[in-house]
Parts: sequence; structure tokens; C-alpha cells
Amino acid sequence: MPRFLITRVASGLGVLLLVCLFTYLVFFALSPDPAVQICGKNCTPEVIDQIRGNLGLDQPFWTQFFHFVVGIFAGRTYGEGVGAVECAAPCLGYSFQSSQAVWDMIIQRLPVSATIAVGAAVLWLLAGLAGGLLSAVKEGTFLDRFTTGLTLTSMSIPNYVLALVLQYVLVVKLQWLPFPQAVAFADDPGQWFANFVMPWIVLAVGYAAAYTRLTRANVLDVLRENYVRTAYAKGLAQPLVWRRHALRPALTPIVTIFGMDFAGLLGGALITETVFGINGVGKMAADSIARNDQPVIMGVTLLAGFLVVVGNIVVDVVYTAIDPRVRVNA
Amino acid sequence: MTSTPTDLTAAQAVAAGSGDTPEAPAAPAAGALRAGAGGTWQALRRDVGAMLGLGYIVLVTLVAIFAPVLTAISGWTPYEFDQTAIDPNLGGMPIGPWGGVSAEHWFGVEPGSGRDIFARIVYGARVSMSIALSATALTTVLGVSLGLVAGYFGGRVDLVISRVMDFLMAFPALIFMIAVLSALPAGNRSTLLVVVISVFGWPYLARIVRGQTMSLAQREFVEAARAAGASGTRIVFREILPNLRSTIIVMATLAVPGYVGTEAGLSFLGVGVVPPEPSWGQMIAASVKWYAVDPAYFVFPGVFLFLLVLSFTVLGDRLRAVVDAQEGR
Repeated sequence: MPRFLITRVASGLGVLLLVCLFTYLVFFALSPDPAVQICGKNCTPEVIDQIRGNLGLDQPFWTQFFHFVVGIFAGRTYGEGVGAVECAAPCLGYSFQSSQAVWDMIIQRLPVSATIAVGAAVLWLLAGLAGGLLSAVKEGTFLDRFTTGLTLTSMSIPNYVLALVLQYVLVVKLQWLPFPQAVAFADDPGQWFANFVMPWIVLAVGYAAAYTRLTRANVLDVLRENYVRTAYAKGLAQPLVWRRHALRPALTPIVTIFGMDFAGLLGGALITETVFGINGVGKMAADSIARNDQPVIMGVTLLAGFLVVVGNIVVDVVYTAIDPRVRVNA
Repeated sequence: MTSTPTDLTAAQAVAAGSGDTPEAPAAPAAGALRAGAGGTWQALRRDVGAMLGLGYIVLVTLVAIFAPVLTAISGWTPYEFDQTAIDPNLGGMPIGPWGGVSAEHWFGVEPGSGRDIFARIVYGARVSMSIALSATALTTVLGVSLGLVAGYFGGRVDLVISRVMDFLMAFPALIFMIAVLSALPAGNRSTLLVVVISVFGWPYLARIVRGQTMSLAQREFVEAARAAGASGTRIVFREILPNLRSTIIVMATLAVPGYVGTEAGLSFLGVGVVPPEPSWGQMIAASVKWYAVDPAYFVFPGVFLFLLVLSFTVLGDRLRAVVDAQEGR
């Protein structure tokens, strides 16, 4: 087990380093000179040179990249002498726009994004599992066909379109809900729910549909297995067969997929937060894209990569714990 | 199957390497081809959902192809500003109900600029379809060839290809695509979109092709071909590939809606197709500012986009059901 974990963590770090390298390379090679951007309107070549020197932009690619990676683990110092700026680890640089440390910007906005992500995940797990099980129990009935149709529709509606429709109907026309804002749970639980419920739904709908289909398919597959037939032959009643023999193997694959989906949620949060104007990490990324604020885009890309890598490792560990069949190889 | 333009891409990608299906030797042993394409089409034709989806796809394709003709009939190009259709006293709101729908502007006009929404929808269909279909074609070619090579030759080749696939699939693709596209110069965005989408898209098909190739490579007909002295390339493309045909067509059809959505999403976020060239995602993004006062502005592109994604999803889903049933699963 420890050795398996060590290899997984090592390969995860490798992936992260590559993500880092790719992103850095893209910005290094393709984007306009950041020093000119930071400098702004009243700019002289001397100032540009100075900024370049301070940020280390005058150095070759590999040196810059090395400093960037070391900065993440050990922190780094920009510039020299009196004007030097100490950037504590994990240092992701400073925003070109606001001059804030990227790490601080992310940490500030992470709770809001986490609220949206966790709420959506709860919603889609509940809806997906319930829908899938119901559909499987009633296989071939009207209810099953209705659920299947509903899932195909839900999978196809782009989340920003759904967001606009919901916001138009529920907020503008019916005025049941407020325009979503990040309200803290501690301040007012009722308002907290009313503000976050639309982002949750919008982010969850596509996943809920996919999980419904997956659950249904898995359950139906397992019910065709020989050991289920054996269980019935032993005289077990249907609820018992389901509980003891069918559900566990049918639902374990969902753990894997849930881990991956949850870890990759930042991409979806980007669109959801932008449409609703909620100031989380996703909206920050979208804004910095619009303003070409590279350090922030870099930081969010790395965060997304980190979450995916960690998610994968967690899934592997959890999977060996809940599925006895893979434990042998581990 | 190839009777409609939209099926062409997927089918061509397959036909390019496979030669004629009847050539597939030992067809009875191959099993997968038992029913053939004719049977699939017969079964699919009886499915209302699949046919409705196909109908809409054909419609959008025709609209995309004949966009210049349609805008000539409607009388407005997607780039013309019509100041008479908007009310400057109301901040540029379209004059008339439903976002300014009239005999003059069939789907109304954009608030603020007065550009004709029908024309922009029609030209936006070109962007949606061409990018999604090109990306599907490219991912199919990449995914199938790399999957075949990895699955058949195994060993070190397989190791390298599999590692690359693992890496790409563990990558935060959407965020990275956004980062790359935002850094790249605005030049030819459509081509860039296709390339970026394909780079991250091929492993999903390749993984399945690889698995099926590995099991097909053990079959008697492959052994027979090898005994007859056929080269590796010939076995892969002439013996194994034809047997993967239904898998590839199903996977390709199911990939299209994802790519339609990705293009629209990226354009929505402002890193896709560059204005003034119209795209549905970009129109929806522009409508966010106006949705409360002019809902028609997001309803038109929203409905067109939703129906296109839904059509491909339903078609792919039914196609898979039919193929699965034929293969006795």
C-alpha cells in the first residue's frame, strides 16, 4: 500500500510539473510582453527594463521556469536591495492588474467556489442515484422512458443557457429568488440558500443526468450477473438481494467517476460563476482572461491541475478500500 | 448511413483507412459485422427520436451551407447595423415585441447595435457545425490511428501512447484550453479551436479503440492473415479497422455534441470565435447584459444551440443502442 501510494504521488507530481511547464511555455512563447503591460501608459524603456529585471523576465526560459517552480515550494524574492519584494511560499507571482499575490487572491475566493461545488455535488449525487435506481427498478416502464428522455435533455442544455433561463424566470419574472450573491451561511442561512440554489442547480444538472444514466446502466448490468441469480435462487427477497448483492458492485464505479468529476469542477464553476456574477475562483479566472492577466491564469490552471491530480490519487486510495477485487494487485 | 452530409465526416474518416467492407475477410468469424450498415439504418429509421434529431441536424447543415442565400432572401447580412430597428431613447432596445421580431427582421435584432439576429444565427450555424465536425474528424483520425497502433503493436509503442493518453486525460482540459486560447494571437481562431479541442479529445476514442484492437488481434482471422504473410500495417488497416467501424461511428456521433458545446462555451467565455464573426456561444455571452429586458436575444441562439446538442446526443444514443443490440450485448 505505501509503495503504491508513493508511485501515485510521484506520477501526480510529474503531471503537475508538466502542466506547469506547458502553461509556462505557452505564455512565454505566445503572449505579449508582460513588462509592457504592467508598465501601463506613461512608460519609458528604462522602466520596462527595470520591471523586466525585477520579474526576472530578462533571463532565459529555463531559468525563469526554474525560479517559478522553486517559488511555489520555497517562496522567492523579486528584485534586489531596498525595493525587493518577498513572496512567501506558495508563491504564484503577483497579478499584473491589482498587484495582489495570486495565492492570496485564490485563497480569498476559494470558500465561495467550494460552497458552489459542494452544494452542486450533493445535489447531483442525490438526484443521480435516486433517478438511476428508480429508473432501473422500473425498467421499461413509462417512468423509465421519461427519466431517460429527461436525462438526454438535461445533458444537452448548455449550463449558461439554463442559468439565463432560470434567472429570467425565477428572479426577473416571478421574483422568487434574489440575484445571486455570495452570502455567508453564518450571516443568514435562509438567504445563503436562496442565493446559492440557482448556481447549484445549474452546475449540477448535467452531472445529475450523467449519473442517472450511469447508475441505471450499472444496476441493470449487475442484476444480470450469475451471483444475483444465485441469490434469488437461494430464496432471498428482492430488497435483500438488492441491498446485499446488487448495490455495492453497481455503485463502486460511481465513486471513481465522482472523484474525477468533483476534482475537475473548476472548469464548470468558471462558466457558472461568470453567468451569475458570483466572485469565486472561476469568475476570477474569466476576468483575468479578459484582461490577459497571466500570473492569475497560470495560478488557476495550476490549481485546477493540482485538484485533478489529488482527486485521482484520492479515488485510487478510496477504491482499493471499497472494492476488494482491486486490493490484490495493489 | 452516408445519405446525409453530417454523417459523411465520421463515415469518411472510417472509409479512408478501411477500404471496402466486403473485403473484410472471414466476416462470419468477425461477428461485429453480422448485421451490416443496412440493418443499422433500418432499425434507426423506425426510431422517432433519432429521426427528429437527424432531421434537425440536416436542417442546420443546410442552413449553414446556404447561409449567404438565406441572408440574401432575408435582406440583412450579419454585420449590418440597423439603427431604425432600435430605440436610442431606451438605451438601444429593439423596437417591437419579442426583441424586435418583424417582417423585416425575422428573429428580431440585437439590442444596442441593431444587427439582424436571423443572419447571425444562420452564419453562427456555419461556425458551430464546421468547428464541431472538423474537430470530430480530427479526433477520430488521431484516436483511431493511435489507438490501433497502441493496441496492435503493444510493447514500447503502447507504453508511450498510453502514457500520453493518461497525461492528457488527467489534464484540466477546459481551463488549459482557455489559458492557451487567451494567450494565442486572435488570428485564425477557428483552426486553433479545432486543434486545441482535438488535442484533448482523441484519448477518449483511442482508449476504446486500443482495447478492442487488443482483443481483435487475438482472433483467428488476424492469425490467418498473419500466417498468409500480411504486414502489420495491412493487418491493422485491412483486417482490424473494418471491425471497429460501428464503434467508431457511434463514438464519433457521441463526440459531436460535446464539441458543439465546447466551441459555444469557449466563445461564450470570449476565447473562441472572434467578433464580428458570429457564433451562438458568443451571442449568448453578449445577451447576458440584456437578458432581463430582452429575453428574446438569448432565447434564439440558446434554443438553436440546445436543439443541436440534443439532436446529436439523441442520435448517438440511439445509434449505440441499435449497434449494441445487433452485437448481441
